[in-house]
Amino acid sequence: MITVSNLSKYFGSTMAINDISFEVKQGEVLGFLGPNGAGKTTTMRVLTCYHPADAGTATIAGFDVFEHPLEVRQLIGYLPENNPLYMDMGIVEYLEFIARIRAIPSSRKMKQIKHVIDLCGLGGELGKDIGELSKGFRQRVGLAQALLHDPAILILDEPTIGLDPTQIIEIRGLIKEIGKEKTIILSSHILPEVSATCDRIIIINRGELVGSGTPEEMARSAKGGEITYITIRGPLPQVRERLQAIDNIKEIAYVDEKEGGLHHFEIKSPVGTDVREELFFLVSQNGWSLTELYQKTANLEDIFLQLTTSEG
Amino acid sequence: MRNIVTIFQKEFRSYFNSPVAYIFIITFLLFSNWLFFRTFFLAGQAHMRPLFGILPWIFLILAPAITMRSWAEEKKMGTIEVLMTLPLRDYEVVLGKFFSSFLFMVLAVVLTLPLALTITFLGNPDTGAILGGYLGACLMGGAYLAIGLFISSLTKNQIVAFIISTVTCFALLMLGEELVLMSTPGMLVPLFSYLGLGAHFESISRGVIDSRDVIYYLSLIGFFLFLNTLALESRKWK
Repeated sequence: MITVSNLSKYFGSTMAINDISFEVKQGEVLGFLGPNGAGKTTTMRVLTCYHPADAGTATIAGFDVFEHPLEVRQLIGYLPENNPLYMDMGIVEYLEFIARIRAIPSSRKMKQIKHVIDLCGLGGELGKDIGELSKGFRQRVGLAQALLHDPAILILDEPTIGLDPTQIIEIRGLIKEIGKEKTIILSSHILPEVSATCDRIIIINRGELVGSGTPEEMARSAKGGEITYITIRGPLPQVRERLQAIDNIKEIAYVDEKEGGLHHFEIKSPVGTDVREELFFLVSQNGWSLTELYQKTANLEDIFLQLTTSEG
Repeated sequence: MRNIVTIFQKEFRSYFNSPVAYIFIITFLLFSNWLFFRTFFLAGQAHMRPLFGILPWIFLILAPAITMRSWAEEKKMGTIEVLMTLPLRDYEVVLGKFFSSFLFMVLAVVLTLPLALTITFLGNPDTGAILGGYLGACLMGGAYLAIGLFISSLTKNQIVAFIISTVTCFALLMLGEELVLMSTPGMLVPLFSYLGLGAHFESISRGVIDSRDVIYYLSLIGFFLFLNTLALESRKWK
């Protein structure tokens, strides 16, 4: 549905995105992840034909974004960053304006407007101007605008930024609901959001693509090994020595001594191994006591940090 | 075409969505009526020249005030990104915005018609000169607006847009004034006097509708609307 190949864009001498390629299949929800200023918005603006790339191509449903901007724009529903809106327009007035530009036939127009108003939960606010709405409702107006012409593709740039937790959950639910039928690209720098809503994730950092895959795939590939945490009460030199003697353990890091002679260790072992039972037996054989033992599965956060901070 | 009309309607309505439009029209009418009647009874002549004489100067403030927010506000609020990612061509938006500002200005000018009716009632004015004056006012106003729109598209700041537009229009107006022409080198005088904004209006408002004057204003409008479109497209230049 969306094919991006070798896309680069510069602002003056600053590189905004560098040689980015990815694909989005029909019906997929793609999460676009990256720290602030990574190039998420720039990429989305290329896809929505707001500004062209300096190199590379992007095609949407077979249309090149530079050659056929009008066709591409008609296919896309776009919620720009910070959700700009005409503050002095009424909600319905604004949606009617968008409907006319989107060339929605007048027979379907009011039905469609009512549909998105219901979908986005704007029914109770219709009497107000957009400028009088709270931020959460403005976000819904932006979303309603993007959904109005029932686009095949939705591009949402940080759709939940600045909302309170309840609103975030609501908007996420809405995106999930919509994502059942549509192709969506969604950018965010909030990780749980992406892992909660997206089928696939792309991580970009400093304009470069640093990772992609489903959340599970990424967790598997990015993990350098299993990490187990253990807290033991016992004589420190002996504990350390015996721990090192266990076969599967690659590395032991002493984290700290907690009060009352408790020693906390971080233990690394190869991917796919589980050393917890061995650790338990070791402790029980030696007559030490065990207060804590758990294995950590790398989550998106770790992967993200690993991928975006590796260059220091 | 449909898109131009849609943009036009949205823009025109947006003038009246805030009190600015009303304040603006009232101020304009107060000024023009005051300046008209100040000399009207003294001179005791039934013509509109007192009004048309000062119109180029009133427009100097009026037109930039209409156009200053047109693009600058879109840029500042970021709504330009919504607009420019809708299936619209750049020139459609430019024309829609131009025609809405033009209609707004025409509306303001039309509201001075009671003056024309008054003098028709009191005396026996030259109808041709009055009609010409109104036509000229619209053309000249259109040129001011096109300049103002172009300049508004260059900045995010409405105040900057207003000031630069006023200064630019002022410079174009002064270009044709005697004072400037006297001190220009001889060979440039015909060019300057042709380019000056005011002289063409004067000749139209005498009731002489010369195609050269009409073409001058239309081409000036076209030129600045073209520049406006270029300024929008500049974001797409590689």
